[in-house]
Parts: sequence; C-alpha cells; structure tokens
Amino acid sequence: MPDAIHAGHPVVAASDKPLEYQDPNQSVKILGFWLFLATDMLLFGCLFATYLVVRTHTDGGPTPQSIFDIPGFTLETFFLLTSSFTGGLSTLAMRNGNKKALLTWLAITIALGLAFIGFEVKEFVGDVALGATWQRSAFLSAFFTLVGTHGSHVSIGLVWMFLTLLQVAKRGITPITSRKVFVVNLYWHFLDVVWVFIFTIVYLSGRVM
Amino acid sequence: MPSSFMQFADKYLMWKEGPMIWGSDVAILLVSIGILFTLTYFHKWKWLWKEWITTVDHKKIGIMYLICALLMMFRGGADAELLRTQLAVPNNHFLTAEHYDQIFTTHGTIMILFMAMPFIFALFNIVVPLQIGARDVAFPYLNAISFWLFFFAAMLFNLSFVFGGSPDASWVSYPPLSELGFDPGPGENYYLLALQITGIGSIATGINFLATIFKMRAPGMKLMRMPLFTWSVVAASVVIIFAFPALAIAIALLTLDRIAGTHFFTILHGGNPMMFVNLFWLWGHPEVYIVVLPAFGVYSEVVATFARKRVFGYGSMVASLMLISVISYFVWAHHFFTMGAGADVNTFFAIASMMVGIPTGVKVFNWLFTMYRGRIRMTLPMLWTIAFVPCFAIGGATGVMLAAAPADYQYHNSYFLIAHFHQVLIGGTVFGLIAGMYYWWPKMFGFKLDERLGRWAFWFFNIGFYVCFMPQYALGFMGMQRRMYTYPANMGWNTLNLISTIGAYIMGIGFVFIVIQVIYSIKHGERDLTGDPWDARTLEWALPSPAPHYNFAVIPTVTDRDVWWEMKEQGRADELKPKEADIRPIHMPKNSSRPFFMGLAFFVAGFGFVFDWLWLGFLGLAGVAVCMIARALEYNDDYHIPAEEVIETEASLGRLS
Repeated sequence: MPDAIHAGHPVVAASDKPLEYQDPNQSVKILGFWLFLATDMLLFGCLFATYLVVRTHTDGGPTPQSIFDIPGFTLETFFLLTSSFTGGLSTLAMRNGNKKALLTWLAITIALGLAFIGFEVKEFVGDVALGATWQRSAFLSAFFTLVGTHGSHVSIGLVWMFLTLLQVAKRGITPITSRKVFVVNLYWHFLDVVWVFIFTIVYLSGRVM
Repeated sequence: MPSSFMQFADKYLMWKEGPMIWGSDVAILLVSIGILFTLTYFHKWKWLWKEWITTVDHKKIGIMYLICALLMMFRGGADAELLRTQLAVPNNHFLTAEHYDQIFTTHGTIMILFMAMPFIFALFNIVVPLQIGARDVAFPYLNAISFWLFFFAAMLFNLSFVFGGSPDASWVSYPPLSELGFDPGPGENYYLLALQITGIGSIATGINFLATIFKMRAPGMKLMRMPLFTWSVVAASVVIIFAFPALAIAIALLTLDRIAGTHFFTILHGGNPMMFVNLFWLWGHPEVYIVVLPAFGVYSEVVATFARKRVFGYGSMVASLMLISVISYFVWAHHFFTMGAGADVNTFFAIASMMVGIPTGVKVFNWLFTMYRGRIRMTLPMLWTIAFVPCFAIGGATGVMLAAAPADYQYHNSYFLIAHFHQVLIGGTVFGLIAGMYYWWPKMFGFKLDERLGRWAFWFFNIGFYVCFMPQYALGFMGMQRRMYTYPANMGWNTLNLISTIGAYIMGIGFVFIVIQVIYSIKHGERDLTGDPWDARTLEWALPSPAPHYNFAVIPTVTDRDVWWEMKEQGRADELKPKEADIRPIHMPKNSSRPFFMGLAFFVAGFGFVFDWLWLGFLGLAGVAVCMIARALEYNDDYHIPAEEVIETEASLGRLS
C-alpha cells in the first residue's frame, strides 16, 4: 500500500529508531501502554497505602513476624528479578533480529515466572493452613489483596507472554510482533518494580519492624 | 401459580413493594417489546448491528454516548422529582424511608457516573479527532470497548430497580453502613460492580484521548495551537488517569469485604472505614473536575465563536486548566473536615480548596473579557454560557465558604452543601454540556435544534434552578440535614421546601422542552448544508455536517490557532478542500462485534457476583478472557478505503477543489 499509515498519523521517516518504534501505528500503542502502566501504578499505590494503614491491625491473629517465611520470599524475589533480566535479554535478541534467541529467552522468562507463582501459591497455602486467612484480620486482608493482586498480574503476564511467544514463532520478528514483545516486557519489568516495593515494604519491614 | 414462582417474584421482582415497582416492571416490559417490534417491523436489525453496535467510528460512538447520557439524565431527573415530591410538605409518606434512601442513592450515582461521564465522553468523541485533524482516536477498538463497558454497566445499575432491589447507602456508600452486616441484599453489590465496570471503561477513555491528542494531531498543530476544548480534554484525561484507579481500589476492597468476607473497612477484626472515605474522595473530588473541565472547554469554544473574537488570554486559559487538574488532588479531605484529623491537616486542605478558586476565576474573567466588545450573537449555546457565569460565581463563593474548615463544622452535610454542589455541578457542568450539545449538534446530525423551543427550555430550566436551590442554602443554615426522608412541621422549613419543590418541577418542564425540541427539530430543524452553521473558528467546521466516516480526505496542515477562522478571514478557506491528485487510499480500522460481546461478558460477570452466583460470575470473566485472547491473536483488523471511493464521496459532497 502506498500510504500504509494508520488513521491520521503523520508520516515520519524513522529508520534510526528501535524496531518496535519504526511503525507509527505501533509506536502509539507503546505510548498508550505507558499511560496504562501509570494507572496500574496508582492502583498498586492505593493498595500499598491501605496495607500501610492496617498492617498493625492484626486483631490478636497472625502477625507479619509469625507468617513471613524468609527463604520463601527470598526465592520468589530471586526468580522474579532474574526473569526480568531474561526478559530484557529477549528484547535485546528482538532488536538484533535473532528469532531463536528471542524465543529461548521468552521461554526462560516464562519458566522463571511460573516458578515465582509456584512459590507464591505454596506460601499462600501454607499461611491458610496456619489459620492466616484473609477473613482473619484487616492486616491479612490487605496482605493477601496486595500480594495477590501482584500475583494475578504476573499470572496474566504469563498467559500474555506465552501468546506473544506463539505469535513470534509463527510470524517472525515484524513491526507488530516486535511491539508486542517490547510491551509485554515493559509490563514484566513494571511488575518487577512493584515486587521490589512489596519485598521491602511488606516482607522486609514485616520481619524487622 | 406455583409457589416457587411466587417466591422468585417476591424476592427478585419485589412484587410486595407496591405500585411503583409494578408500574416500572410493566413499563420496561412494554418499552422492550416496543423496541423489538419496531426494529423487526422496519427490518432495522441488520442496520443496527452493522452501523452502530459493531462500529468503531468515534463519531458514532459519541452519538451513542450522547443518547445514553440523555436517557440517564431523564432517569436521574425522575429520581430528583420523586425526592423533591417527598420533601414538599412535612410528615409526608409519598415514599417510604427505604425507597427514599434508594432513590437519592441512584439519583447521585446516575447523575455523576452514568449521565455526566458519558456526556463528556460524547463530546470527547464527537469533537476531539475532528478538532485536531485526525481520522479517528488512537485506539478505535478500545474506544468501542469503553462505550460498551459503560453501556452494560449502566444497564446493570438500572436493572437493580426492578430486579433484586436498588442500592441505598448513598452515592458515596460509606462503610460500615454499606457493609454486608448493615446492608444485606443485592442493591449495594449492584452499585459496586456497575461502578467497577464503567470505571474500567473510563480509565481506557482517558488513556485513549491522551494518546490521541499527543500523537495524532495534524502537522503544524503545536500544543499551543490546539483549540481550548482539546486542551480541556487533555486536562480531564490526566485527571481520569490519576483518579479512577483510587475508585477502582476503594470499591474493589468494599466488594471483597461483602463477597469474600475480608475486613478492610469493617469495625470488626481491625478494619478502618476512614480508609474507604479517603480512597473514595481521592477519586471523588477530582471527579467533579473531570466533569467540569470539558464544560470549561465548551465555554471557551462557544464564547470565541459567538463573540467573534479570539479567546482572551489563551495561555492563561491553558495554564489554569492544568493548574486545576493538579490542585484537584490536594483537596479531597475537605469532604470530611469533621473526621478529627486535626488542625494542621484541615488547614492544608482548606487552603488548597480555596486555591482552586484562583485559576477558575482567571478562566471566568477571560470569558468575560472575550465577550467584552465582541459582536455577541445570542444563540442557544451562548445563552447557556452566559447563564453559567453568575450561577458558577455564586456556586464558587459558597464553595469557598464550605472550604473554611471551622465554619464547615456548622454546615457539614446540611442542605447548604446540597445547594452548593448542585449549583456548581448543574451551573458549571450541565450548562456546559447542554451548550456543547447545542453547539456541536449540527456537526453530529446535519441540522440545528430549534431555537424557539430551546429558549423555552432555557428559561424554564434556569428560573427553576434558582427557585429550587436558593431556598436550600437557607434551609441548610436553618439546620436541615441532607438525606432526611421527612421532617416535622414545626421546624420552620415548610415554605422553603415547598418553593424548592416547585423549582424542581419547573426544571423538569425545562427538560421536557429539550425533549420536544429534539423531536421537533428532527423533522423541522434548519438543515446545515455548509458544514459551518455558526461561522466558527476551529477545524471541525471545515468539514461537511455530518463528517464522512474517514473525517479528512487529506490531512490538513495547521498554520495558526483558530486555523479555520484565519483561513476564512484570508479568503483561503478553499485550501482545506482536497485536490483529487492528493487523495490516497485511507487506512481505517474494521468494525468489530467483540467490544459488544466483551461488554456483555462483563455484564454477565457483574450480574453473577451481584447475587453471589459465583459460577455465573466466573463464566462472565471467562468470556472476558476469551475476548481478550481472541484480540491478542487478531491480525486483520484494518482495511483501506480505495482512493476512487474517497474521491467519489468528496465529489458528491461538492468538496473537490
């Protein structure tokens, strides 16, 4: 097509930009996704605020000290932070046009994410077995909601990354698939950043303070 | 009749609740049958599906928002008339206390979330892409999803009236009052889930329009050349993006409390109800700026057009819009000065609240200076704009009175407050939305609304407004509290309440005149053949009315603020007509039925969770997931309009130069 530019976009000569930004149709989607991340950040911000308000409201039930399991959340952190790094390597492979490396790094990222979710589920099941359910106290309501919201984000991210992997495998590295790889990795890094706050504000402070 | 049916009817159809519910049941049934019959009789199903339900065209989505907003204004207005009827005389038993609670709850919720919000989104959709020289919004498919989420959320919310019972904990729904222990039954769940669904759509709309305005402006349209309505959409979208997540969390946590048994806001097990109040108003106060900022944008366009002058102080107009959007985040605690937060906190929020008056004052003076020595034409949009000025000035002044924290202890939650916020929300937002509707109506439909009937509507509504709300300031000082279902005869409130009710009826007559005006004008309204019936200033008026579905055959280059006006002044208006040689195939998004089905899936999920039918709730969520996965794997969602077809369309509109 002579003018394959989406509705109203100015035509820009963009060969010096990274692959995923070269097509203006795709680059506007990346901007939209950044804006979405801003709203998601505020969502988590409100959950953190709620947690901080009620974290001492244990009502005689389990406290942070009694349920937070240091090896468990340390391993979770290790898996998630490493997966963010491998996710970055998949973006790098995408920029280099190396489809095989891209698929491999995406698969490794998914595997690490699954391990993270596995440990989180194990932790939650263990807590509930101790009687630490989210109906027990305001602290536990806030804890499970904050950490669980992050966990469900990660789970959705895993499905999404898997769908992206399938598309790259089928279609190769195109302007559309490269944007998809880039965006899902943005999401993944964002969840990583949120986890750093959960690790610090929930788990570490919970053990120490 | 089998007893199981009777049980069902008593529990869900509320047949024991009296004639109002029966009447509504019958009316809804008849209207539904009527709609089905009409569509079938005139063979309109296919047309409805292809042209409207599956559309991703921003202009059509805008029109659908507008129709829904007007219908919801009718519903919320009917609620208001019922409330005022109940309060017309002391010791009245027109409504029961329970019904009164339900009706003030639905009145507030509908007017803010299902009337004002879709109304501003209608104007966003209809105006912004045309005004910035774009062919659609940045994410047309997402735009359709936003609409259908709003639509099905509104349906879910309204369904509560006839199926299961309405919410009755007021539009703020403070816990612990709204917790399961004090408020069982589905009503409150309806409120929470409907707001959650429409809120997701609103966030998406905010993102969509910010991306649209940042990325899709015509070449040459620098930020400081953007029309002021577009600027107001930027400001409102920023506030939407930053405010709505707080609402989503507040109501999600309350939903968890009610459905999953958590303890965020209960008194039991360490919950903290004030946390809900904080989160709610962290959204709730910015929300009033979300709906008033686009109205400010409308006033700027209307004043410039009908005073035939460039807006006075464009730069300060932009700055004040952005300033209001920032200050809106530092005022939320003025909704609960009496919480006991202490003098320091109250002082901070009192001063921040008063500060909002400064940029707002700048805007009002700029509109007045624009009118000064202008050649003013008293059209309907201009009338509503002029009426807005004194109304908003009084509302603003009483707002500053409320912002004085020590004095607020006197009139907190009194009718003084009711009068204040109706004055700013009606005098600011509704007047602006109606002015905007009149102003852009020819652009949407190709004809003007009748002036004479519009003037009747204007005077009834305006006089009714003052008759209705001025007495309420006095009632507030006399001690009448909000949400009172009835009052004894010896309080000295009788006369003022009666006057207020009469005012409400007069406003209702004004609304009826708008309905008559629309119906009359469909047949007899002045047709707009020029595309520029007001001799206006901005780019949307360079197109025919209604605009072709691709908007601009050739994207114009913008050289000036008020570019269309400048070109007309310089006799260069024909330059915006496309040349045959310049026309290329136009890339457009394809229609899709998925946004509709996604909204439907959300409706099913919401309905399931309202009644704690978890299987149905999760079935609905599964439907949402299927829609999202199908979209992720979709590749052929666009097409090209061939150049010949564009040339043919433009030629038939007489626009080829």
